[in-house]
Amino acid sequence: MANRPGGSRAKSLPKTLADVCVEVVDCDVLIIGGGNAGCFVATEAALKDPSLKIVIMEKAEIMRSGACSAGMDALNTYIPEGKTPEDLVRWSRAQVGGGPLREDLALSNAQELNESIDDLERWGLPILRDEDGKIHYRGKWDISIHGEQLKPIMAEKAIEAGAEVYNRVAGTGLLMDQGRCVGATGLNVRTGVFHVFRAKSTIVSTGGAGTLYKSYTADSTDSGAQIWMCPYCVGSGYAMGFRQGAELSSLEQRWVATRTKDFCGPVDTISVGYKAPIINCKDEKVMSRYAHLGGDAAPRYIRANAPMEEWLAGRGPCYCDTRNMAPDKVQAMMTDYLNERPSFVLFLASRGQDVTKEPIEIYGSDPYIMGGHTMGGFWVEMDRMTTVPGLFAAGETAGGNPNKFVGGCAAEGKLAARGAIAYMKSAQPLPAQDSRELAEQIEAEKARVFAPLLRGAEFDGVSPREMKDRLQRLMDEYAGGTSQYYRTNEERLDYALKHIAMLQQQFQYLKAGDLHELMEANETMDRVDVSEAVVHHLKARKETRWAGWQTRSDYPERDDVNFDCFVETRRDPESGVVTAFTRPYEQLVPGDRQKS
Amino acid sequence: MPPRVLPNKCNGCPDRAETRCEEACPGDLMALDPATGKAFCRSTRDCWDCMSCTKVCPCAAIETRMPYQLGYHKASLRPIMSKNRIIWKCVDIHGQETTYEYANRLAPKTDLP
Repeated sequence: MANRPGGSRAKSLPKTLADVCVEVVDCDVLIIGGGNAGCFVATEAALKDPSLKIVIMEKAEIMRSGACSAGMDALNTYIPEGKTPEDLVRWSRAQVGGGPLREDLALSNAQELNESIDDLERWGLPILRDEDGKIHYRGKWDISIHGEQLKPIMAEKAIEAGAEVYNRVAGTGLLMDQGRCVGATGLNVRTGVFHVFRAKSTIVSTGGAGTLYKSYTADSTDSGAQIWMCPYCVGSGYAMGFRQGAELSSLEQRWVATRTKDFCGPVDTISVGYKAPIINCKDEKVMSRYAHLGGDAAPRYIRANAPMEEWLAGRGPCYCDTRNMAPDKVQAMMTDYLNERPSFVLFLASRGQDVTKEPIEIYGSDPYIMGGHTMGGFWVEMDRMTTVPGLFAAGETAGGNPNKFVGGCAAEGKLAARGAIAYMKSAQPLPAQDSRELAEQIEAEKARVFAPLLRGAEFDGVSPREMKDRLQRLMDEYAGGTSQYYRTNEERLDYALKHIAMLQQQFQYLKAGDLHELMEANETMDRVDVSEAVVHHLKARKETRWAGWQTRSDYPERDDVNFDCFVETRRDPESGVVTAFTRPYEQLVPGDRQKS
Repeated sequence: MPPRVLPNKCNGCPDRAETRCEEACPGDLMALDPATGKAFCRSTRDCWDCMSCTKVCPCAAIETRMPYQLGYHKASLRPIMSKNRIIWKCVDIHGQETTYEYANRLAPKTDLP
């Protein structure tokens, strides 16, 4: 077992492709992304078969990487006594307006959920308990934790389980052999080594995609990355699979949430955890307008969109009304924030705000693609294998199954590990070490990845930041971002696709001055490719099913006749042409789909 | 300016291949300036304010600041890490200090089934 450090930054950079050092490692299980799901893939795979060679390719450093790097204040799902996994699926279904959702996946995740969270407690995660010793529920399904150390706790267990962690290696592409995945490549942002991991099974657990859309706080100073989602999760996992023909599901169901305004921080902490009602500038309780949809318990997208509708109607700003909170509750709420987004406490201090005198302002977030929250991600079967044999997905990257959150991503990591182990039993051996086809593939990918660096300092080109900013504004204004109150239409989406194609043509002008910028250049290409898929999804769903998450001004009504189904996309790996199609929804858990 | 390195406190983590803040940052934003021997943030606008660098620094040489666009000058939030506990000291723009303290890890549980 080893946690290989990123190490010192390279003193000299390659000048030509021949200067790039290539390191090849063979393994049984390759995990791309050592986050919440990835760590659980590692622990479960090692538990089931201690002889496996498990490698984690990690873009950051595993102790503080990804969306959990700052910590966590709650686990949003843990099945309470008297409730069943089926009940959790009913709740999840109602949260997404009755679906469609993959009830097969949701149910299998739910059956694995509590045990995965029990693992975290066994490992030392503080889960808050009431005086009677029972777990403290802050809502119907969610429990409170003091999760400042959540990420290091998970990472330590993955390393103890024997996983070999390659830190500071950013995944760039999949290795393919006759239509199946046989590993992946990565860029070491410290040494400049091009890593090749040949693997009998590959699990992509890179997290979701933030930063496709412009954040309303993004400016020329220091607010460029003040978003709710981790800005270092840019969708590279989706891009890697999509480029090789893996089918994506439901990307149009974007995750947009009500967040604290200006500092895009969590709101459930206040509204669910401390029952602070959402009010508008006239002191009216906003959710009472949605009483027919459940009021404070209305589906998640309704709650997300409600404050924005108030703004549009001239009744903004909106707030979480904290003015009646007792001092001990305020102290507890601040402690919750310190566990998840500590800088929100700093934000309030830098506004000089006493929340018992002034309520906390809220607003809509920028849209994200996150298969652990909503359901945009790879189409997977029950073993969590994507439509590309040998390629598995877990956590935010796996689609069709919303409301997973921390516990569900952990559970899915276990399921994907078992799926990968079963697959390896009957899989063909890896291509020979001297396979010419694989060597050509590796050389081509190396050339693609390093091109922005090798163009040289004198090259008159485009910086990764310029292209990212261009994409983010394009997505914001034309593909339903915050500035447009999440609305879009056919013509705007066509405009977005036209300019995404132009950006793809302009990849040839990207330039990077060092390895960090080279990583950024590759991330930006990934963002553009994922955005292309998102726009195709938004175009294909010609109805409005989840206003806010997915709002079509030209099709404002829900259309159950044509769209009570999944929207899918696939990119032809040869031609690059993206096609959209649908898959049917199947109700497995009985009951009224709108009710939990 | 999210992470602000205090030059009189930063010792550049001598004898390490990478400084502790450089190792921790999920965005690969911290680096060592060879000219000064001190750490710095290469791109403050890309910082998420996760405070991983601030928590990990053994010299308390990093302050996390709110970008001015979002919050006024100047408040501070300081994490003090000890074994299985964390203490936070927060001072707002009016000089009011609040302290928070709690266990961030428990002993591993062996009694759970």
